[in-house]
Amino acid sequence: MSSAPTQDVPADAPAAPRVATLPEHVVEIVSDSGEGAQKCGQIFGAVSARMGNGVWTVEIIPAEIQPPARSAPGASGNRIRIGTAPVTNWGDRTNLVVAFNEQVLLGRHRSDALADDAVILLEDCWATHDDPEIRAQWEAALAELATCPYRIVRVPMEQQCLTLVENPRKGKNMFALGMLAWIYARDLQRVRDQIAHQFRKKSREAYEQNVALLELGHAWAAANLDFRIDVPAKPHAEPMLVMNGNEAIGMGAVAAGMELCAMYPITPATSVSHWLGETFDRFGGLLHQAEDEIAAVGVAIGASWSGKIAFTVTSGPGLSLKQEFLGLAVMTEVPLVVVDVQRGGPSTGLPTKVEQSDLLAALFGQHGDAPHVIVAPATIEECFHVMVTARRIAEAFRTPVIVLSDANLATGVQPFPRPRLDAAWQAAPPDQGPVPEGARPFDWDPRLGLSERIVPGRPGGMHTVTGLSHDERSRVAYDAATHERGCRMRSRKLAVLQQTLRPPEVNGPPEGDLLVVGWGSTKGAIEEAAARARAEGLAVSSVHLRFLSPLEPGLGDLFRRFRRVVTVEINYSDEPADPFVTEENRRRGQLCFLLRAATLVDVDCWTRVFGEPLRPVQILDAIRRRAGGPAAPAKEDVR
Amino acid sequence: MTATGCPSLLGCGSSLDDHDPETADYATGVARWCPGCGDHSILTAVHRLLAEERLAPERTVFVSGIGCSSRLPHYVKTYGFHGIHGRALPIATGVKLHRPDLDVFVVMGDGDCCSIGAGHWIHAIRYNLDLTVLLFDNAIYALTKDQTSPTTPQGYASNTQPKGSWLPALNPLSATLGVTNCSFVAQTAEWAPQHLYETLRAAHRHKGFSFVRILQRCPVFSPDIYLSAVKDPGLVELLVHEDGVGGKGLETLYRKHTRHDPSDLEAARRLASATDRIRLGVLYRDARAPRYEETRRLAPRTARERMDLLEAEFDRHAV
Repeated sequence: MSSAPTQDVPADAPAAPRVATLPEHVVEIVSDSGEGAQKCGQIFGAVSARMGNGVWTVEIIPAEIQPPARSAPGASGNRIRIGTAPVTNWGDRTNLVVAFNEQVLLGRHRSDALADDAVILLEDCWATHDDPEIRAQWEAALAELATCPYRIVRVPMEQQCLTLVENPRKGKNMFALGMLAWIYARDLQRVRDQIAHQFRKKSREAYEQNVALLELGHAWAAANLDFRIDVPAKPHAEPMLVMNGNEAIGMGAVAAGMELCAMYPITPATSVSHWLGETFDRFGGLLHQAEDEIAAVGVAIGASWSGKIAFTVTSGPGLSLKQEFLGLAVMTEVPLVVVDVQRGGPSTGLPTKVEQSDLLAALFGQHGDAPHVIVAPATIEECFHVMVTARRIAEAFRTPVIVLSDANLATGVQPFPRPRLDAAWQAAPPDQGPVPEGARPFDWDPRLGLSERIVPGRPGGMHTVTGLSHDERSRVAYDAATHERGCRMRSRKLAVLQQTLRPPEVNGPPEGDLLVVGWGSTKGAIEEAAARARAEGLAVSSVHLRFLSPLEPGLGDLFRRFRRVVTVEINYSDEPADPFVTEENRRRGQLCFLLRAATLVDVDCWTRVFGEPLRPVQILDAIRRRAGGPAAPAKEDVR
Repeated sequence: MTATGCPSLLGCGSSLDDHDPETADYATGVARWCPGCGDHSILTAVHRLLAEERLAPERTVFVSGIGCSSRLPHYVKTYGFHGIHGRALPIATGVKLHRPDLDVFVVMGDGDCCSIGAGHWIHAIRYNLDLTVLLFDNAIYALTKDQTSPTTPQGYASNTQPKGSWLPALNPLSATLGVTNCSFVAQTAEWAPQHLYETLRAAHRHKGFSFVRILQRCPVFSPDIYLSAVKDPGLVELLVHEDGVGGKGLETLYRKHTRHDPSDLEAARRLASATDRIRLGVLYRDARAPRYEETRRLAPRTARERMDLLEAEFDRHAV
């Protein structure tokens, strides 16, 4: 084969393109940062959801705002998996790619993101570029890509866009959207409407130009491509919403009646505050951008203590900074919701990429014994509802609740049933009436550890809360009995909460060879992998935990009904075969660590820190090795 | 929430209408400061202020950090939040933002405000929330037993810098006056109780971030820092103006007077940075500086309104 396995654009439009009808397809749009591939992907995903397809989108984000142009690690864009059935994860590998240059495409190829038979629509202006170095890069890239049997279709995007705009860098994304709209037969009017929504802050001229580019791409594809993809859509049986997980968290906070969010900018949590910044004041909510992460949680605690529960939104480094204040909230029993949108760590780590490695920091990061609640939404829909749950638990149990989301949920877009709002989800205005005679600020029920807080403004209830050890009247007390009693009461609340929880539902038979345990955003991928394993005849089930502190009840009994139990997590763990690693010193996945301690079951783990969501096929491979399935591939891991 | 005419102020505590509160009504607990500590004097002035200004105890909040000074809320019969070291201002910011109806005081020491919490201090000045902020400046870490603080005079020995503080002391007045949107700065001293009281009252009556540096002696670790000024009123200069603070006998006790118009920021900065003698009085006052709780004031929403608005937002995201 020659070094350029490209297929020239057919001179004449094919009379009737081949239409492949498929149950699902994975599409990617990749460009240099700033060329708008993400916008293109978001609109494509949203329109597909509106048309009734199952959708899961994932952003492909370089860590830098403007990485060098035309560089493999600088690939920026969006990956959209669409299906006839609901889609719960980003899938395995990409079937169709639109790439704005060969270098970003190479980045995706090298990270093994593309299916062997992927179709690639590649901007070809670089092949004939004035700069000989760029031409050489093009040749070398295509030679490298030729190692896979991709079908590469060269598209003169820039040349086409130049007929409408002066700077094609600002127009290719809409041209690409037009091509995708034709290939997947997207309803053009819905696409125009979505463009109007995405660019609602821009001028009318900008909208019209974008639509002209869209139509140009659509017409070009109709005239030049010989294939179309049909992923049949099923109309939704109920009203659906489509948004990303961070928007869902913001809306959930509103639905919970929260009126103050204090935050400090941090990736990938910031887009919660972008949504709130645009809308929160309409709902009577105040978004306070604090001077730092510590102040953000301090402001939230001050606000919560003085009235309705407030919340703060952060990511790993911010969680580290907030720990002392979290201990104060535990000690003073101030209800509070802290959202941690996890990213790769430690330290600055992988700011734009997903990881589930803050669980133990969230649980144990405070000094002293600081029992509090941790919940983890598993889907974008749950990002919405978790805020209502967290608010209620925080109030009822007078405790901080940490919500562990992650970068995958934050930027992923998925349709979900429109919530039926309930006024009872919202926090009631705090009682401002006189305090009953004898009421004390920490009137712990000795069995439950629960007490009713007294909000400032209530006559007769004056007291000072303190981070010092204190008695029921909030008086500082250093004696052993008082300190023990306070610790016991704060701890007891978690045991009481745990008693109110239901054992988690098992996905698959209630017993078997292998139980896969997960938490957070990996739910869809784990369940898809487990289903594929069962289809291969393996006795595999999975269970997904929403409560990490306290853990849901019945886990020990459940685990003992399976021959082996393994957690699947996006955090780091030692491999048993690694040098110097023994059963005793092996550092395990974070949930695995907790489950072993809580259940005394020899729970294993399979964890990876790829900086991207797990693919079902990777989990399936791990399952096969543990459940006695077909021999694992020779190479160490399916990537 | 309104007055109900309950005769007992602190029993049901609902009304001040037919009750003339006394300082004792605002006192609680036994202050655990050392004998001779300047904090006792400040607490007395605070109790007097609450009584004479007739502040409803249930609508008054004292927020503090950590240190000797930060124990003060425990001795005041209002609501209080004894927080963590350096973080009184974020907590107070949250209270005032969410509950602008509450009257919020902040109590900090020099380590609290000027060292570990210095970042919050700068931004709190800029927010200019209506807070009465008291800096108890004894120029030393006392609760942790004698370590150098940012306001420790250069050369002054402590357990951490036994050869004397290496650095020139940070000037809290100049620092505050240097921040955008600063609205009230005053200096007073715990050994001048009448001046202290008058200053607290002026600070409390100012709408905005009222920053009061209170020079305060620690009888154990920094007894001599202000000793000469305590002994010799001639070393103290009073800033006088009809917009400043005055009081019975003050002007005869302190004979050195400088007429200073608190609206003159440049003069305030000059006076604040002069180190020749101790100056007491209002350095700066700007009642027009925008206040954050006003800038950010929101129309309250009912649960029903919020649901309707959220439905409209859902419509934008509907499939």
